[in-house]
Amino acid sequence: MKVLAAMSGGVDSSVAALLLLERGRHVVGCTMKLFDRADPDEPRGRTCCSLDDAEDARAVARRLGIPYAVFNFTEAFSGEVLDRFVRCYRSGVTPNPCIDCNRYLKFGALLRRAEVLGCDRLATGHYARIERKNGRYLLKKALDPSKDQSYVLYFLSQDQLARTEFPLGGLLKAEVRAIAERHGFVNARKPDSQDLCFVPDGDVAGAVERLSGRAGEPGAFLDPDGRILGRHQGIARYTVGQRRGLGLSAGAPLYVCGISAADNTVTLGPREALFSSEAAAGDFHWISGEAPKTPFRCRARIRYRQPEQPALAVPGADGVVRLWFDEPQRAVTPGQAAVLYDGDLVLGGGTLL
Amino acid sequence: MYLYADNAATTKMSRTAIEAMLPFLDGVYGNPSSLHSCGQKAKEALEDARDRIARCLNASPREITFTSGGSESDNQAILTAAALGAKKGKRHVVSTAFEHHAVLHTLKKLERQGFAVTLLDVAPNGLVTPEQAAAAIREDTCLVTVMAANNEIGTVQPIVEIGAVCREKGVLFHTDAVQAAGHLPLDAAAQHFDLLSLSAHKFHGPKGCGVLFARRGVTPERLIEGGAQERGRRAGTENVAAAVGMAAALEEAVRDMAPTAARLTALRDRLIDGLRRIPYSALNGDRSARLPGNVNFCFEGIEGESLLLLLDDKGIAASSGSACTSGSLDPSHVLLAIGRPHEVAHGSLRLSLGEDADEAQIDYLIRAVSETVAYLRGMSPLWHDLENGRRPHVLAR
Repeated sequence: MKVLAAMSGGVDSSVAALLLLERGRHVVGCTMKLFDRADPDEPRGRTCCSLDDAEDARAVARRLGIPYAVFNFTEAFSGEVLDRFVRCYRSGVTPNPCIDCNRYLKFGALLRRAEVLGCDRLATGHYARIERKNGRYLLKKALDPSKDQSYVLYFLSQDQLARTEFPLGGLLKAEVRAIAERHGFVNARKPDSQDLCFVPDGDVAGAVERLSGRAGEPGAFLDPDGRILGRHQGIARYTVGQRRGLGLSAGAPLYVCGISAADNTVTLGPREALFSSEAAAGDFHWISGEAPKTPFRCRARIRYRQPEQPALAVPGADGVVRLWFDEPQRAVTPGQAAVLYDGDLVLGGGTLL
Repeated sequence: MYLYADNAATTKMSRTAIEAMLPFLDGVYGNPSSLHSCGQKAKEALEDARDRIARCLNASPREITFTSGGSESDNQAILTAAALGAKKGKRHVVSTAFEHHAVLHTLKKLERQGFAVTLLDVAPNGLVTPEQAAAAIREDTCLVTVMAANNEIGTVQPIVEIGAVCREKGVLFHTDAVQAAGHLPLDAAAQHFDLLSLSAHKFHGPKGCGVLFARRGVTPERLIEGGAQERGRRAGTENVAAAVGMAAALEEAVRDMAPTAARLTALRDRLIDGLRRIPYSALNGDRSARLPGNVNFCFEGIEGESLLLLLDDKGIAASSGSACTSGSLDPSHVLLAIGRPHEVAHGSLRLSLGEDADEAQIDYLIRAVSETVAYLRGMSPLWHDLENGRRPHVLAR
C-alpha cells in the first residue's frame, strides 16, 4: 500500500511516517507550503508550517530513506483559510482556522493530490483513531487524552476516513518523543506548535488588518441594556469571553458577551452574563453519514481541549443541532466548533451559531 | 527512459570541462596567491581561463571578474552601477517586470536605499522593446538592466538595440545573460552592454562559478571584503578548477553554437507543434524570438506541480517556472507579467532541451505530457467545472 505522509517538520508527523514504514507501507513524504512569509526576518514563533520546518521534514525523510516533496498550496490556503479567517472576524465570529486547514487543505487539496499521485491513503500526525465496524468507519478520540485532536477532525466523511491513517492515535506523546529520540530525529525536542502558523507573533487583530488591507473600524461598547460604555477598536479585536485588552475601567470586571457586525458594537457584561445552557450549531456533519432522527444524550465540546460536557442534542431538519447542557457553559463562541461524543466515539460536529 | 528536460535549471557537465578541471583538483592545487611554483601554476591557469572567456565574449581579460555564479554577478553589476550613479546624484534604474529574482530583489534593496525603479511592462509575447527603454530613461537614470533571454519562457530580448539606446543616452546597460550564454552570440565589441552576468553551470560548466563582465572604466563595486584577489574586486581564494572548467565549457558551447542552435530549434518547434494539439493549452512567449531549447506551456485545469511529479514518475525531469524558489512552485511572476491569469500560471510546464536531444525524445515528451495532462484533467474537479460550463475557459481550445 502506498501512503502519502503529511510531514509538518514537527515530531509527531515525523514519527507517524516512521511508524508507517515499520508497518510495511510504501511511504512518500510531503510538506505543504501554505503561505509566503512576507518578511524573512519576521519572528518565527512556535508554529507548524514554515519553510524551515520543511527543512526539518526533509531531514527526517532523508533519514527514513523515503521520497519527499514540498507541495505549494499557498493559493488554496489563501482562499480556503485566510479569506474565511478574515471574513469571520469581520463579521463578528471567531473562526477556527486550524479546522478549516484540516478540512480544506489536508483532507481536501492534499488528499486529492495523494490520489493523483497514486497513493492509496493519506497519513497525518494527528492524535485520533479510525476504526472500522460493520462496514462503517468510526472516528475515535486518541488514547492519550492530553493530546486528543478529534475535535479538529469532526468533519471527516466516510470516504475521507477510508483513505486516512492516524498512526499516532494509539500512542502517548511521551512514547512518540521517545521514538523520535531513539531514531535521532532532528526535531525530537522541538516544542509543540501553539500559535496560528500565519500569525507567528500572536497578534490576530493585526493579522486581520494586514490580510484584509483595512484597519478595524472603532465602534461602541454597550452594556446588556444597550447603554454605551465606551469605544472599541474594531470588532476583530474581540472574542466572546474576553476580559483583557478592553481598555475600560469599571467597578466590576467586564467580559465580551456578544459582537454585532451589523451595528459594529461589542456588548460587555458581568461574568454571569457569559453563561448559557443552550447552544446551536449549524452546517452539522455526522461521521456515520446519517443524522439521528431523535434527540439523544451525549457529551459535547464547544472549544478545543475543553472537557466534554453532558448535554441533550436535538437534531433539526435544517442541519442545525440544538444543545441543552446539564450545566451552564461559559462563553459559547460563534464560529467555534461544537463536537459531540459518545464515550470515545466522535458522533459529529458543526459550527456554533 | 530517463529524459532530462530541465537544462534551463542546470546542465550536465561536459566531458571536456570535467577533464579540464581534474588537474586543478589533484596535481595543481596551489593557491594562486602563493609565491611557490604550485601556486603560480594555478595562477597561470586562472589567468588563462580569464583570457579564454574574454575571447569568447570578444572582450579584454581585464574586463572579466570571476564570481560565485549568476546571482552574485547580477548583484554586483547592479550595485556597481548604483554606486557610480549615486556619486553623480543619479538614483533611478530601469528594468523589466520579468527579470530573475537576483535582479528584482537587488532592485528592491536599492529602493529601500532611496532609489527609484521603473519596471518595463512585458508584452504578452514576452518581449520588451528598445522604444520602451528609451521612454523610461530619465535625467537621473544610472542603469538599464534587461535580461538577454528569459529563464522561464526563453524569450530573447532586443539587447543590441536596447544597448544602443543606452549608449546614446549615456546610461550604463547591464544584461543578465545567464540563459543566453552559449546559445546566443555575445560580443562586447559589437554589442553595447557595459555589464554582463554569466553562470558556468548553464552551459555545461561547474556550479558555483560565474563571471561578471564590466567594461573598461566601470570598476566593479566590491561585495566581499578580504584579500586582493580578482584585482581587489572580489576577495576570497579563487576557485581555479571551476574557472578552468567554465572556460572549457564556454569555448565548446561557442564553437558549436550555430549548428547546435539550428538543430535544437527544429526539435523545439516539433515539440511546440506536438504540445499545441493538447486542447486548452498555450505556448508562453514568442514562438520565434526564443532560446533554441526552451518550450513553456500553460495547460488549463491542472496544477503544474502534479504534472511535474507524474512526469518525474515517467522519467522526465521538467520544471514549472524557475527552480530558484526554495523547494516551492509559486505562480510565476514571469507568467503573470505576460498577462497569464493566476489559475493558468499555476498549470505551466517548462521543458528545456539539452544538446543531446533527438526526435525520439521529443516524441516521447509529447506523448507523456499529453497523456499526463489528460489523466490529471480527468481527476480534476476544476476541469469538470470547465467542461460543464460552470466556469469559463481562459485559454482557447
